[in-house]
Amino acid sequence: MPVEEIPKETLLWMYETMVRIRVHEERVAELFAQGKIPGFVHLYVGEEAVAVGVMANLRKEDYITSTHRGHGHYIAKGGDIKASMAELFGKKTGSGKGKGGSMHIADLDVGELGANGIVGGGIPHAVGAGLGIKLNGLDRVAVAFFGDGASNQQNFHEGINLAAIWKLPVVFVCENNQYQISLSYEKQQAIKSVAERGKAYGIPGVSVDGQDVLAVYEVAKEAIERARRGEGPTLIEAKTYRFRGHFEGDPQVYRSKEEVEWWKKNKDPIKLFEKKLLDKGIATKEELDAIWEKARKEIEEAVNFAEESPWPSKEEVVEDVFSTPTKGVLVWQW
Amino acid sequence: MAVVREITFAQALNEALDYEMSKDPKVVVMGEDVGLYGGIYGVTAGLYEKYGPERVRDTPIAESGFIGTAVGAAATGLLRPVVELMFIDFLGVAFDQLYNQAGKMRYMFGGKAKISMVLRTTCGAGFSAAAQHSQSLHALFSHVPGLKVVMPSTPYDAKGLLISSIEDDDPVIFIEHKGLYAIKGEVPEEPYSIPLGEADVKREGKEVTIVATAAMVHKSLEVAEKLEKEGISVEVVDPRSIVPLDVDTILNSIKKTGKLVVVDEGYPRASFASDIAALAVSKAFDSLKAPVKIVTPPATPVPFSPALESEWIPSAEKIEKAVREVL
Ligand SMILES: Cc1ncc(C[n+]2csc(CCOP(=O)(O)OP(=O)(O)O)c2C)c(N)n1
Ligand SMILES: [Mg+2]
Repeated sequence: MPVEEIPKETLLWMYETMVRIRVHEERVAELFAQGKIPGFVHLYVGEEAVAVGVMANLRKEDYITSTHRGHGHYIAKGGDIKASMAELFGKKTGSGKGKGGSMHIADLDVGELGANGIVGGGIPHAVGAGLGIKLNGLDRVAVAFFGDGASNQQNFHEGINLAAIWKLPVVFVCENNQYQISLSYEKQQAIKSVAERGKAYGIPGVSVDGQDVLAVYEVAKEAIERARRGEGPTLIEAKTYRFRGHFEGDPQVYRSKEEVEWWKKNKDPIKLFEKKLLDKGIATKEELDAIWEKARKEIEEAVNFAEESPWPSKEEVVEDVFSTPTKGVLVWQW
Repeated sequence: MAVVREITFAQALNEALDYEMSKDPKVVVMGEDVGLYGGIYGVTAGLYEKYGPERVRDTPIAESGFIGTAVGAAATGLLRPVVELMFIDFLGVAFDQLYNQAGKMRYMFGGKAKISMVLRTTCGAGFSAAAQHSQSLHALFSHVPGLKVVMPSTPYDAKGLLISSIEDDDPVIFIEHKGLYAIKGEVPEEPYSIPLGEADVKREGKEVTIVATAAMVHKSLEVAEKLEKEGISVEVVDPRSIVPLDVDTILNSIKKTGKLVVVDEGYPRASFASDIAALAVSKAFDSLKAPVKIVTPPATPVPFSPALESEWIPSAEKIEKAVREVL
């Protein structure tokens, strides 16, 4: 999509949001290496244009479902970064009060229905959000994010089929980063593009360059508008690449250094977009540098917040399991 | 004046669904053949005609997909889905959406999510439906955290507990024994709710406590009645919900009688029955005057032939024998 057709404000939001995700993820990688973040984390570096190109078309009241690689979705949907950073640390002030961690970050207030530790697990939740939207007659949409690996899961097939037969306002976004941990895309499925699967369910399937934020924006815009008009779901495949390992600490024996370097050098979504903004005179180098500066400051504040936050107390182990109290024993402890 | 009639267990459930749908537009019913067909057990009969295809939704055979849809819809707060899973045995193709998604979201998200949904499903052997259509798998649901598990035994309980379950803000697994659908009992026409976590002493007695669930409640009552003629006094406690569990009522009964028989149609190991036995020995050991007896099927798949299946299902004879052994 030509940049001239997109408001400057939106363009700068896209740039800034990609930068915020990048800075966040690189900082998390450092913190993880320093042993400050327990468990394991899957980072989104290199894939920023997908979340951002889609989310530039969403409103606060729209819904998304995310994945184990979810920080980018959360940030782009407007999730509270202090709360998510504290969650990564396992602190009381975290989005999940330290009970969920990286793979279970959610911000229901902005329609982020949750990352997910089960590959494909969140796809039907977006369908459910779509059903809720439709039955309540709301002007909203739901977007399911998931990986290429997830597109072989039952929930992908069942979820898309349900949304298709019920014409729900749901957009399915497959982030095809070409690997399912170590298994490369062509060893997972016999079709060229995940988008081809749309045909099997009677819905449009579109493949797009996931490193080009404007291309993602354009394709997502059409799909989301279509959903808002009540014309049903679309399957989008965004071809992308993760610049880091599957998780932090992945030895990456399944791909060459050259391959990774090629992508970083030629297909970095932020560098590509930055060039476009400068070439077209939409922003100056100083303006863009200021965006990086602001992002670093924001993330640092979040890190400080997380570091200074208290640990959850022991009593909290048994809290937050159920909403409605009952008679009898609800949360069993011997 | 409250009108009380004799209706079936299935009709009682239908009244609960009808009441909730009439009261709250967020309540939707989903599942295989629940619409025009009224559900293969007839529990949703008439709802499709009354509330239409949007709120009474027939689904494709995609249990993970439609149960997950219910989870997502509940998480947004936009709907309160009531999903029918035709047989509890089909759980295997959809379990993730219940135990990893519905049951854990609230905890993982720090108490911010409310998953207000009910999964209605059926259990129970006795129909020569063989190993994949006859199981009683409530223990699987009560093993994992975050799910409420309800198992009514009478039409009265069925209506009141289903109303409570739909109004509850947590995921509730509501298990209906297929052998109970046709039984009749007194049920008020008016809506009413029975709180989850409240056991019901179905019969008072002094010498032996039987804790039994679903269809086993009726077999236990049969035995209690028979033994009463011999002067043996048996108390039958129906927990009605497995999670939450009314520990007090169960323990009070054991403390009174000093003897416990647990009767359940689930498999024997890591089961409801062994759970109640563990409760008795850990919390009422001093009151026990005999070893706890457990009556369940053997750890085998459910057999097909009526000759084998009747041996597999806990019988009145086996329950009676267990009671006599602890006396
Ligand atoms: C149901 C399930 N199977 C396996 C895993 C382990 N696992 C976590 S991420 C992953 C790869 C997922 O690949 P993809 O969907 O392409 O997402 P990506 O990691 O590439 O973003 C696997 C196998 C899991 N978490 N859940
Ligand atoms: Mg992948």
